[in-house]
Amino acid sequence: MAETAHIDVAHVAKLARINLTKEETKLFQTQLERVLGYAEKLRALDLSHVESAAHAVPIFNVFREDEPRDGLSAEEALRNAPRQANGLFVVTKVVE
Amino acid sequence: MFCGCRVEFGAAPNSHTCPTCLGLPGALPVMNHEALRLTVLTGLMLGCDIAPLSKFDRKSYFYPDMPKNYQISQYDLPLCANGSVPLHDLAYPKDAQKKIATPEKEVPLVRIHLEEDVAKSFHLENNTAIDFNRAGTPLMEIVSQPEINSPEEAFAFLTALKQILIYGAVSDADMEKGQLRCDCNISVRPAAQQELGAKIEIKNMNSISAVRRALTYEVERQTEALARGEKLEQETRGWDDGAGKTFLMRTKESAHDYRYFAEPDLVPVKTESLLEEVRARLPELPRAKRARFVEQYGVSVYDAAVLAHDLALAAFFEAAAKGARKPKSVANWILNDLQSALAGAGRAIGDCPISPAALDELVNLIESGKISGKQAKEVFSEMFASGKSAAAIVSEKGIEQLNDPTEIETLCEQVIAANPKPVADFRGGNSASLNFLKGQVLKLSKGKANPALVGEILERQLKT
Repeated sequence: MAETAHIDVAHVAKLARINLTKEETKLFQTQLERVLGYAEKLRALDLSHVESAAHAVPIFNVFREDEPRDGLSAEEALRNAPRQANGLFVVTKVVE
Repeated sequence: MFCGCRVEFGAAPNSHTCPTCLGLPGALPVMNHEALRLTVLTGLMLGCDIAPLSKFDRKSYFYPDMPKNYQISQYDLPLCANGSVPLHDLAYPKDAQKKIATPEKEVPLVRIHLEEDVAKSFHLENNTAIDFNRAGTPLMEIVSQPEINSPEEAFAFLTALKQILIYGAVSDADMEKGQLRCDCNISVRPAAQQELGAKIEIKNMNSISAVRRALTYEVERQTEALARGEKLEQETRGWDDGAGKTFLMRTKESAHDYRYFAEPDLVPVKTESLLEEVRARLPELPRAKRARFVEQYGVSVYDAAVLAHDLALAAFFEAAAKGARKPKSVANWILNDLQSALAGAGRAIGDCPISPAALDELVNLIESGKISGKQAKEVFSEMFASGKSAAAIVSEKGIEQLNDPTEIETLCEQVIAANPKPVADFRGGNSASLNFLKGQVLKLSKGKANPALVGEILERQLKT
């Protein structure tokens, strides 16, 4: 089954903003294809009698009522920020 | 949406956050019941199909306004699909109401889904600053079909949509407070061409009229570019309202790959119970209210539209019209005198010094003939200024309409005697002279005589 599973590790790494060396790309290519191969095994099963589910557990409608709660103070929220100014998180300039 | 942080416009930065909306590791989301109800209610108001089963998905993207690197949104099972927004004449900009291309058009929708809003970024000279107060606010995304054909129609679409959201108490939908935001996708194409042109997205408009201006600018810009033989590419542009121009923000790099997948931290939603909960909240919609005002109160189609355009105004009218002998007069007073007095004082209808019952009392004083229309104007100004009741002002100032036929007859006799020429003109067939004589009688009575009665008596006297 493993030979039918395909993954473009270089592309996925780019999407996930991960820099991989050539060696790593090659290594993960083999490893991840093997993982996908396991998933492919499911295709071999006859699932025609199984209803498709949106979640692994058959539980629905777990809600919270619309009641406001106190959270963190601005000081606490910013405590781990590498950079901050005027109560704001400061990050490297991003181009909008 | 998934945490209990307060939503407050203009709060100090990062003062309404928690581990969930900051995207801290290990924090878990829980769905806000009310946000789901309001989305389903909106779907019902707009005639959408409500999905029996809905779920949330993770949309992966990397940007500092969403530090967990995915936004919880909905992908393949949104809460609502299809439906439409009905446009009506008054929803168009004032200067465009006379030339509406397709009156009573219904703009079809694609879907409505619910997601968490992201943080607000401030782009500074050398860096970017982030405020997470807005992060995690429930955001209902309403997507229309590409069937809006002019900037004026886009204006009407947003106005009509906003009205419906206010009617349903879903949102105050104030664009300046960010309660309603809008991204527009616009394209132009040669008249004969079937397929749509390159889709260009415009952001940053903070009022409905700014949306109209931005679209008008874009139609012209794109048309000129095509006429020059340029090829338009899919891109995102920003609107600079001060300059009255759009500017390039980014071109569409490689098509976005959001790698959507089902949010494992949230269980799916069955909407049946939500539907039951909101059915009773379904309001009378603007279109139905307009029709009912015409039917029930006998106001004109136009007046009904103006009254129903503003839910607070409609409520005021209805409260006043309920006990009125002539609801149409109540409508006239609201639409003319009351609205101009409010505008003059810079006040909203919710802050009106005259209560609906007080206005009703004034109108009934006129209808029953106790005071004349002219006297009523004076009483009205006094009511608006002092907040006193019409009856109190009438008795305080001794305002009273003269309804005694004997007294009016005497006045008419005096006027006829003093004006031989107009009298002769009237008897010679010039009916306009009657109005002049009537004016003289009213003047003689110091505006107190009942005009209708004066007209009647005068005519009778002149004809005998």
